[in-house]
Amino acid sequence: MADGESGSTREVGHDPQPHGGVRVPVLEVEDLSVELLRPGGTPHLAVERVSFTLYESETLALIGESGSGKSLTAMAVLGLLPGNVRASGSARYRGTDLLTLSEAGLRALRGKHLATVFQDSLSALNPTLTVGFQIAEVLRVHRGLSRRAARSAAVDLLDRVRIPDPARRYGDHPHQFSGGMRQRAMIAMAVALGPDVLIADEPTTALDVTVQAQIMELLAELREEHRSALLLITHDLGLAAGTADRVALMYAGRIVEQAPAVPLYERPAHPYTRGLLNAVPSLDAPVGGLVPVPGAPPAPGAFPGGCVFHPRCPSARDRCATQRPELEAGADGRTTACHYPLDPLDPPGPQRPSVPKNPHGPQEAPRA
Amino acid sequence: MTSLLLRRLLEAVLVFFGVTLVIYVMVYTLPGDPVSALAGDRPLTPSVVAALREQHHLDEPVLAQYGHYLAGLFHGDLGADFSGVPVAEQMADRWPVTVRLALTAWGVEAVVGIALGVLAALRRGTWTDRAVLAFTTAAVSVPVFVLGYTAQVLLGVRLGWFPVAGDSAGWPSAYVLPALVVAVFGLASVSRLVRAEVIDNLSADYVRTAAAKGLSRRRTLLVHVLRNSLLPAVTYLAVDLGLLLGGTVIVEGVFNLPGVGQLLFQAVQAHTGPTVVGVATALILVFLAVSVLVDLLNSLLDPRIRRD
Repeated sequence: MADGESGSTREVGHDPQPHGGVRVPVLEVEDLSVELLRPGGTPHLAVERVSFTLYESETLALIGESGSGKSLTAMAVLGLLPGNVRASGSARYRGTDLLTLSEAGLRALRGKHLATVFQDSLSALNPTLTVGFQIAEVLRVHRGLSRRAARSAAVDLLDRVRIPDPARRYGDHPHQFSGGMRQRAMIAMAVALGPDVLIADEPTTALDVTVQAQIMELLAELREEHRSALLLITHDLGLAAGTADRVALMYAGRIVEQAPAVPLYERPAHPYTRGLLNAVPSLDAPVGGLVPVPGAPPAPGAFPGGCVFHPRCPSARDRCATQRPELEAGADGRTTACHYPLDPLDPPGPQRPSVPKNPHGPQEAPRA
Repeated sequence: MTSLLLRRLLEAVLVFFGVTLVIYVMVYTLPGDPVSALAGDRPLTPSVVAALREQHHLDEPVLAQYGHYLAGLFHGDLGADFSGVPVAEQMADRWPVTVRLALTAWGVEAVVGIALGVLAALRRGTWTDRAVLAFTTAAVSVPVFVLGYTAQVLLGVRLGWFPVAGDSAGWPSAYVLPALVVAVFGLASVSRLVRAEVIDNLSADYVRTAAAKGLSRRRTLLVHVLRNSLLPAVTYLAVDLGLLLGGTVIVEGVFNLPGVGQLLFQAVQAHTGPTVVGVATALILVFLAVSVLVDLLNSLLDPRIRRD
């Protein structure tokens, strides 16, 4: 990564949200880097100086392919990285840096103010404890509720996330729930204490299409109700389009473009963003009109020098291979890390709708 | 749940018939005539021999003898040896000794084994971990009688901490040493099963969820990880309890404890067929009962095993 980069990737201030008055930041991530430590080798940089701010009761989508570092970013914020991974930089929750906070301090925040919805809730829930117990546990630990009070609160929560017959379902084990129900239970657990920040890590990836939509709707509804800010981690541009106020795209451990949702989808400035949008199928596009981004995303440890995207970029020039572009402010409150950003007024590919209505690629088809 | 139980019971019945038949046939085809073995050097009159043979159905084919034996068994009769003492009566005196030894050893094995396993998992890769592995492996590779005699000589004779042999000192002092010797054997398996499971479970997704919920490490370990980690060890321990109750023949011999194992050993030496078969049958019943209970216990611990 020796490319003489200078300056900071610090987010350029902007006010992308048309609605809402004074915007109060709840989570400010600044220059967050994550390294994968390797015994006897140099660490691999998996996330490089990522900065973003999550404001009160807004939804920010962090989008990227697998290996782009989006989940690592979220786990670093929560202090949930495994032992062989090291984070640096800062992530401040209402002014408190989570990266330097003690384990006890983190414990007091997690589950209460910073709640998480994980993907694949079959393995994310304890298989030998009842679903109800696992929800009630949050209330008992943070609120000190009695077993009975926590139980009745958990039954209410199950009802709130529309689990039918919640009192009876309280005693079910995770394997007795369907995938959608498990994800609902996971959401119930996360919103139990009305968190300030909800982090949803691929919350619908394992579910089929109709269930995905229901889960996103529920998530949006509960987020609204508790006025929580939502950090949505996903690889699914369409999913983010329906939910997010702002979108940050990650590629090879860096944020390459960040913008309010509407301008980002309508006028992408980064070639990667445009490439991804061209690869999203939609109902009103002709069959066969999909244009995949050529090549494959690099793995940590193999990130290219210069602009990380240049080997796959159709607009790459010599400079892109040697000099790393920094995030720079553009129109519509966007920031883009590109030497040759696309002209926002230049109409994008003809196949691409303004905002994809069908959020699901072919690989997301309902499972048999 | 009920059908699982029924299926296991049916299997147990089949195993019971199979194993008792094999033992019965083996014992009765052993070389040597049980009647003359009973008499020792003194010659018996032909009429006494004939009477004894008829009384014990020794003239009939083995399968018919087995039939008689089963018939008696269903009336709760385990048979009697050639001098007429019922096998059930012989065992009655000896069961308490074996049960005391087995339960003591089992308790030590469970508590120490699980503790060592959890310790090794939490201190994974450190000297503590390696010491646990070395100790348990060394213990399991020493033959039981070597360990038994060594313990007897060192702790019993030299140091005088425990009675050397016999059960006159009663529980616990007479049982501590033999129980330790028996338990040490199972420690390696229990601690390794627990260690592997705890390590596995600590990196499971649900542990990350527990952390994300703000649970303390202690609560995560006790409420979430341990329960999931104990399944294989519980199965092992339960099967082991059946085996231990089946008599720890060698240890009972070394420490001269008058348990069922010792009775079986003496009966084999004396060619007392009915006693051997009776004791073996009782042991099989105990073992089968324990293994059915193990399955029930497992399905209670792991709801995924339950079927409706």
